[in-house]
Amino acid sequence: MNKKYGICSKILMVVMMFTSLLIGCKSGGTKTPKEEAKVNVPKDNTAVVEDIKQAEKIFNALPSPLESAMLIKSAGARFDEVLLNPVGNVNNYVTNKSMALNLGIYTCDLSFASLYEQTQLIIDYMNAAKKMADGLGILKAIEQSQIDKLEENINNSEVIMEIVSETFMNSNSYLSDNGQPAIAAMVLVGGWFEGLYISTQLVDMKDFNGNKLVGRIIDQKLSIDILINLLESSKGNPAVDDLIVQVRKLKVVFDKISITTSKIRPEFDKASNTTILKSEVKTDMTPEVFKELSSTVSEIRKTFVNN
Amino acid sequence: MRIPRIIPILTLLLISVSFNANGQCKAFAKKICIPELGVYTHDGNYHAAILVEGEEAELYKTFYSDMEYRVAVTGEDKIPEVEFKVLDANKNVLYSNKDANYAKTWDFKLQSSQQLKLVVKVSSFNKPGDTPASGCVAIMFGFKIKK
Repeated sequence: MNKKYGICSKILMVVMMFTSLLIGCKSGGTKTPKEEAKVNVPKDNTAVVEDIKQAEKIFNALPSPLESAMLIKSAGARFDEVLLNPVGNVNNYVTNKSMALNLGIYTCDLSFASLYEQTQLIIDYMNAAKKMADGLGILKAIEQSQIDKLEENINNSEVIMEIVSETFMNSNSYLSDNGQPAIAAMVLVGGWFEGLYISTQLVDMKDFNGNKLVGRIIDQKLSIDILINLLESSKGNPAVDDLIVQVRKLKVVFDKISITTSKIRPEFDKASNTTILKSEVKTDMTPEVFKELSSTVSEIRKTFVNN
Repeated sequence: MRIPRIIPILTLLLISVSFNANGQCKAFAKKICIPELGVYTHDGNYHAAILVEGEEAELYKTFYSDMEYRVAVTGEDKIPEVEFKVLDANKNVLYSNKDANYAKTWDFKLQSSQQLKLVVKVSSFNKPGDTPASGCVAIMFGFKIKK
């Protein structure tokens, strides 16, 4: 009896250790366990890379599809439906990779349509995003009640943004909390690429210098290492490995853009209870580099939407 | 023969407990953290994890000059105060909520877009011998277009 009890205790201990390991390694699509944190070394960012190696839990946060769409609108860009991934493509996406990427893409298109009050498109793209989320088995990501609420408030942009934000969080929290960080990362990558694709396509080359939208595109260089780190945390997944190759190709082009920033000086504004982070930045991107960037983004995005 | 049967049951039970714990983090983030964003629009991203006393987490994100941001960092009541710091690429501390009585939110805007780092740390109850407390910590971002 004692022997049997001893074996049972040992087995229980092994099971508990295994489970503890599971608990420690999941939760959070963008969370990277210490030993898995492999990073691409930026030329001038070795200190940051060292930090990444030392930290126990890391979140690599890309701009969400909603934030990307907001950046495009705030730059004064126009709306162009032709640039969106047609909703008619939904049935083409049958693999987890294509559904994850296009969940991000359709959510970005949905956000873009929402900000420009394209009422019919909002409904269509919400349904397309729902189809992707359902296909990925994400429970209760986008419920019919939310689509009904969307239809009821179709002219209320504040409510629409709330719904878009809520449904997107439902998806990425479900994936993170259910041990699917690779899928969660791919959703974010899809959304980020779509925002970048739409931005690059909307730039008028006749109005290149001083164009606010060009400035926002240059800013995306600041996120390219975050994007690589995010994907590296799921390295070994074949779909992710393919994406890393594509993103590295894009990084080569981004590396041709220079960004120099002065020291940041925080200043507190009592009236608005807000801290202003003051700094001056110098950027340099030639029209040739922009064209190369634009065509690289377009080429990669094509592989996402054409499946 | 009872021993082998008990293994899958225990495994499923323990795994289900762990998934539920993380599921609770989502509910916590939604009910407690997101409302802290107030008039700012939640960006839709989800950053939450279970942290133990003394444990640290880091978050890297690019912030844009066109936006005004609010970051909300909240921890469950069962864990000690959560400290958060915002650092630039050269490790200069731009903000620490320790200087603001462990405030849960910080509002800021930028003159030029920057990649910043958030370091979140659960402080300690300092009770030697006790099992360290653990609970959900959520980091959420809200934004609005700069006026």
